[in-house]
Amino acid sequence: MKILHHSKTFAGGIHPSEQKELTEDKAFELMPAPKQIILPLNQHLGKFPKPLVKKGSEVKIGELIAEQDGFISSPIHSPVCGKVSKITVGANVSGFPKDEIIIDVSDSDESILMEPLDAVTITQEQIRERVKNAGVVGQGGAAFPTYVKLTPPEGKKIDVVILNGCECEPYLTRDYRFMIERTNDIIAGLKLIMKALGVEKGAIGIEDNKPLAIEKLKLAVKNNPDIQIVALKTKYPQGAEKMLIKAVTGKEVPPGKLPFDAGAAIQNIGTALAIYDAIVKGETQTTAALTVSGLGIKEQKNIIAKVGTPLMDVLEYCGGLTDEAVKVVVGGPMMGIAQYDFSAPIMKATSGILILTKNEINDHEETPCLRCGKCVDACPLNLIPTRLSRLTQMEKYDEAEKLNITLCMECGTCTYTCPANIPLVQWIRLGKKQVNVIQKARV
Amino acid sequence: MEQNPTYKLDLTSSPHVHSRWSAKNAMWLVVASLIPVIISAVIFFGIYQLVIIGTSVLFCMLTELAIKKIRKRKVTIDDGSAIITGLLLGLILPPNFSISATAIGAVFSIAIGKEVFGGLGYNIFNPALAGRAFLQAAFPVGMTTWHKPNFAVDTVSSATPLSAFKFDKVISDTASMFWGNIGGSIGETSALAILIGGLLLIIIGVVNWRIPSAMIVGMLVFASIFWFIDPVKYPNPLFQLLSGGFLFGTFFMATDWVTSPITKLGMLIYGFAISFLVVMIRIFGGLPEGVMYAILIMNALAPTINKLTQPKAFGVKV
Ligand code: SF4
Ligand code: SF4
Repeated sequence: MKILHHSKTFAGGIHPSEQKELTEDKAFELMPAPKQIILPLNQHLGKFPKPLVKKGSEVKIGELIAEQDGFISSPIHSPVCGKVSKITVGANVSGFPKDEIIIDVSDSDESILMEPLDAVTITQEQIRERVKNAGVVGQGGAAFPTYVKLTPPEGKKIDVVILNGCECEPYLTRDYRFMIERTNDIIAGLKLIMKALGVEKGAIGIEDNKPLAIEKLKLAVKNNPDIQIVALKTKYPQGAEKMLIKAVTGKEVPPGKLPFDAGAAIQNIGTALAIYDAIVKGETQTTAALTVSGLGIKEQKNIIAKVGTPLMDVLEYCGGLTDEAVKVVVGGPMMGIAQYDFSAPIMKATSGILILTKNEINDHEETPCLRCGKCVDACPLNLIPTRLSRLTQMEKYDEAEKLNITLCMECGTCTYTCPANIPLVQWIRLGKKQVNVIQKARV
Repeated sequence: MEQNPTYKLDLTSSPHVHSRWSAKNAMWLVVASLIPVIISAVIFFGIYQLVIIGTSVLFCMLTELAIKKIRKRKVTIDDGSAIITGLLLGLILPPNFSISATAIGAVFSIAIGKEVFGGLGYNIFNPALAGRAFLQAAFPVGMTTWHKPNFAVDTVSSATPLSAFKFDKVISDTASMFWGNIGGSIGETSALAILIGGLLLIIIGVVNWRIPSAMIVGMLVFASIFWFIDPVKYPNPLFQLLSGGFLFGTFFMATDWVTSPITKLGMLIYGFAISFLVVMIRIFGGLPEGVMYAILIMNALAPTINKLTQPKAFGVKV
């Protein structure tokens, strides 16, 4: 029986101008290595790895230069051949200076690969070991060490592994290009994740503004009844974990709980590919695929660059900024971080660099709340952003806590939609911090 | 690119893009959506009504300007909200209403209805309705003197359908009520014109669909109940829906952002409650019409409704 074509989704959300057309037809270009590579140690969430090199050490592509330190930590490998010029503290795309290893790049492209493994006979333990040793971190933004997420939680049953193919942030087309250019590898990566977690069912959630990707993936899983390609309504923030799980499985992750608790494991498209590359090709994670877009850059592109390439080299590679550029953002326009220092390097989890013009930002003057309810209508987590922001301004943190302020995922949907242009999420972010401090003091 | 370029970079935090919504453009969209209503007013009651509407708009703007200057606040006249209050007030006055009284009502709307509370965003009552309520008290005769529409077909003439029914049990014909060829306030008679503007506001997204939908459904439900009880004594639901200021109130008054609830459930309750009050006042009150009071009462209750209808946060079990 043919069922009606119907895309699943969650309640609330917004439809920001997509701007995907700027780069969606641009195939990945391999950006040459810059003169100098800067590798901050905070490539992932968790404990910094321990540097194994010193000033003057010669390194090769794929060589281990910082080793994992502790359970939630991930190693770093050299993306280039060259010589370590120093280990220091410097500008970081997170906005805060961090420890980093600086390498002067040489001409050689000698690389060290790990031994490729067979995707069919590989064991669960081998998958985790390899993903850990290859330094794979999540590509969805938070950059959590991936092998940790491949360890099935004790006493919890996972029904389905969901690959996040939403790419709901405007401008970004990196995952879209992956889905088109490396369709089969993504499926192979998904199968590896399913195997590692001992899960039978897989799904890929894709927003319905990417029909070509949906078509290609559907074709790729034609003989694979266990993997479902789920078309989702195009809406921000469809790619937020909770929203994605709700849209695909109908289940809600309770506050403070993980996707596991709703029987789902989520991985990003880019992560699935990094897992595939680590196992099947024996590669370590030393490149980042990213969309460089916005009307403030001369040439919008999708590129694959060496991790550690300074922003200014990327900007230069894309023709430089136009006169209208007013804001440089690393990440997407809804949740990315504004940059002030272009010497900061791109990281393993960097998904985009946006150079925005005044017209794209469309900021206007702040007025008092007009009580229009748009923020309430749009908040995907059913919060009351106007109230939470007001309570923070009045420092009424206990009431804010009661109204679930800590649940806010800082998606920015409320601020985006507000006609009074109140920086709602900025206030709520502050309120969350205060509530966290209070909660910590309580225990 | 040796050093950072000399661009002045914007470093504000995410989100880095914003919707096209602003107080200003929403207000102008409301103004645009009132154009069909204004045209209907001219068609059915004559060009003179534009003088009343114009007076109302002018005095609303002047009052706001004067108050902002006196209180040394930023002049926000360009947000268009005073213009809207002026238009709305003008459109709910009787045709050929006194110009000087109109001006007084306009001053009251802005000064007492809005600025006393601190200006746009802080007012509790819909300013235009506050102004009309004041005029109703100050000029009871003028506010209930109705003029025949231009194409009046019968001699029942200068009554509105609601008073004709209340006092004489006469039901006006539905077609006239739909086009607007009936007695009533300047902008309240043409269901067609109101629907065009109102639906436009919903489609563009200025107005949330919940309040108008709840009001219309509510009206049909409550009016039907009485009609079933006694179809002679009580008017039919369609008549209730099309008569008086109900539709105009539904799309242009009850939906005022500032004075209506912000929660989804709250909006539904608010709309339903207004319709309930309208039916009650029309049937049991001394007045033929009740839309204005119903909305004002619910304006006062909106903050309470918000408190009582906090949505269940995502994933929280009840
Ligand atoms: S930032 Fe927080 S409050 Fe605002 S819409 Fe997103 S989840 Fe809701
Ligand atoms: S969207 Fe802005 S103006 Fe509207 S209720 Fe929320 S905070 Fe107030």
